[in-house]
Amino acid sequence: MTAELGHFALILALMVAAVQFVVPMWGAQRNDATLIALAPPAALAQCVLVALSFACLTTAYVESDFSLLNVVQNSHSAKPLIYKISGVWGNHEGSLLLWTLILAVFGAAVATFGGNLPKALRARVLSVQAFIGIGFLLFMLLTSNPFERIVPAPADGQGLNPLLQDPGLAFHPPMLYLGYVGFSMAFSFAIAALIEGRVDPAWARWVRPWTLAAWCFLTAGIALGSWWAYYELGWGGWWFWDPVENASFMPWLAGTALLHSAIVVEKRDALKAWTILLAILTFSLSLLGTFIVRSGVLNSVHSFASDPARGIFILAFLVIVVGGSLALFAIRAPALKAGGLFQPISREGGLVLNNLLLATSCGAVLLGTLYPLFLDALTGDKVSVGPPYFNAVFIPLMTPLLIAVGIGPLLAWKRGDLQAVAQRMRVAFGISVAGALLGWWLNDFGPLLPVLGLAIGLWVAVGVIVELAERIGLFRVSARDTLFRAIHLPRAAWGMTLAHLGVAIVILGITVSATWQVEKQQVMKPGESIDVGPYRYTFVGAGPARGPNYTALRGEFRVTRGGEPVTTLFPATRRFTQPAQETTEAAIRTSLYADLYAVIGQPEANGGFATRLYFKPLVTWIWFGALVMVLGGLMSLSDRRHRVGAPKKSAVPRPKAGEVKAA
Amino acid sequence: MMPRKRRRMYLVIAGMAGLGIAVALVLAAFQDNLVFFYSPSDVVEKHIPPERRFRIGGLVEAGSVKKDGTRTEFTVTDTKHSIKVVHIGLLPDLFREGQGVVAEGRLQAGNVFAASEVLAKHDEKYMPPEVIDALKRAGEWRPEGEAAK
Repeated sequence: MTAELGHFALILALMVAAVQFVVPMWGAQRNDATLIALAPPAALAQCVLVALSFACLTTAYVESDFSLLNVVQNSHSAKPLIYKISGVWGNHEGSLLLWTLILAVFGAAVATFGGNLPKALRARVLSVQAFIGIGFLLFMLLTSNPFERIVPAPADGQGLNPLLQDPGLAFHPPMLYLGYVGFSMAFSFAIAALIEGRVDPAWARWVRPWTLAAWCFLTAGIALGSWWAYYELGWGGWWFWDPVENASFMPWLAGTALLHSAIVVEKRDALKAWTILLAILTFSLSLLGTFIVRSGVLNSVHSFASDPARGIFILAFLVIVVGGSLALFAIRAPALKAGGLFQPISREGGLVLNNLLLATSCGAVLLGTLYPLFLDALTGDKVSVGPPYFNAVFIPLMTPLLIAVGIGPLLAWKRGDLQAVAQRMRVAFGISVAGALLGWWLNDFGPLLPVLGLAIGLWVAVGVIVELAERIGLFRVSARDTLFRAIHLPRAAWGMTLAHLGVAIVILGITVSATWQVEKQQVMKPGESIDVGPYRYTFVGAGPARGPNYTALRGEFRVTRGGEPVTTLFPATRRFTQPAQETTEAAIRTSLYADLYAVIGQPEANGGFATRLYFKPLVTWIWFGALVMVLGGLMSLSDRRHRVGAPKKSAVPRPKAGEVKAA
Repeated sequence: MMPRKRRRMYLVIAGMAGLGIAVALVLAAFQDNLVFFYSPSDVVEKHIPPERRFRIGGLVEAGSVKKDGTRTEFTVTDTKHSIKVVHIGLLPDLFREGQGVVAEGRLQAGNVFAASEVLAKHDEKYMPPEVIDALKRAGEWRPEGEAAK
């Protein structure tokens, strides 16, 4: 019964979305207030219906209703409750429903809190949102119905992929989707602006918070996913340039560019057409990312669904959305009035460079990700494009970008003075060169790449501090004044400082962990010891262990440093029966200085066990840096100035994870 | 409107330069880093130069696995032809005789494949699509065969 209710609610939501798409858009064109006024209630109704549908599916999962095909395929009665719930979006159909729900919630948020938007603009935005909603609802109802029954109902389900039974991954997809769908707001605003033929700083003020919020969620989602890969897959790596990772990384790159170019529109009324184009591209890449991952087009551990029949629909939808919006852009963009002028050396110039480099690297990732698909389709040759390609392209592109991150914020708008900036960045230059040389010496004058990484990481970090010190007048004015200035610094400025500092932390983490990591693979018998970096791992032994829905082989390692005990690690391999699968549970002791990481494999004939032991200095900085970036984004989001264009009613709603869960 | 034109020109030049550099980087990187996939039959029929990195995939032949510490020797087969593979390091948990496998590395003297990586696939039901394809071409693929057991 619940399932039919959910299915019915989904069909009704499609009807409502169709009305929400057609009527307000028509009304806005004819300037008919009655028709325009239909948009907000329609958006609310659509949200309620999709939420009801989602609640029905969740209920089916919680109650283990095995008359539903989707529940049978992805759940099991013995699974802990949290994974029954996360199982809802751990599969193709359910994840689409979650996507649609977030979209509907965002639409409802615009309807509720967007009272300060011009009515016609809001109607158009909601209409475009509804169009995206129609695409997803149709796709679900036609090809991927989560409420399909199975007769007869089996006694129990097939279980969720045990790799996904993990707290980190339970919240990874919702985070990513909040990011992807958040960019749909920028997209809808862009399309609405193209139809109206008007882009101005006020428009940018409405778009920026959405972009910023989406960017925060996407950053958090990517970091969470990479952290999960690090501790759960047991390969010791944290980023593999896997197509699925690239799928979320491309919108991130484009979104980061959008975030920066929207600032130029807001402050200087320039780069309008480019910003609109970026908004379109960012959301197109989000759509592509959603479909790449969920359709199983690419061969990857993450694709659980594989059904070529869906491919046609996806392709058609992508062509309509991307092609349609680009065509609209081509027709309307030339009509956009160009705004403020600027010299190449200026804050705007720096942001343009940022945009060019981010867009180029995004294009390179796109090529590397899709090339194997095209080659396979055209010639039947099977290839893979691995990390060496991405590293070879990425490092040269990121180097100038990061150098610019140190300089850009110090440049004035319109016309900057590079010489004065160079003067002020002398300290940063000195520190980064000294740090890089120190690192080179510590690494026995080895390869130069880590030297570059260290130099750039330090350059960005010190550059950020120099910029902050300038703003608050550190050492130039009295301590009290400095404190006063620091407190009254706009939150957006603090946000930028934090986010850029986060980038520096990530770079340093990547460089140091890649350069000074020690990895040892061997067969060890109980009692044997081995030195890994400055630590000594002693293998005590291994024995069987038991979990709620798995059995395990659990090893024990004592770790000492200079004879002093540090910790004991218990890596394991788990064997699940539903579905029959094994997972490697790495044992990790994390600290800001270094991670100790141990993996145990299968017993060998001679009574030993295959083991893999690591010493990974500063690796945690990668995720810590990402966290700092997200905090920076949130800090900036809380800035009052983002709401200035919108008095009263605190205007721009900030989507919270809570809103979605509550639904 | 000289300044605007000039600004546009700078932007265009910067954009072109960026694009040019990107294309150069991509082409250079592509040349070296495309990793082709071959079945054992491909390896026997085509002559693959020894410096070329590639992936090989098929089934791990029953009874072919020999372990010596972290060194493992096994044979990959598509039932028509077989190639001997040597790998030093840990194998994925689901490495089993009779199961599908993909390995990446280089071909050495005597058609022995030195694998630097044996790809980890965590699902017992999972069969790499390339392997399915390789087996199909060798005429040995049954949808409910080895993989679905």
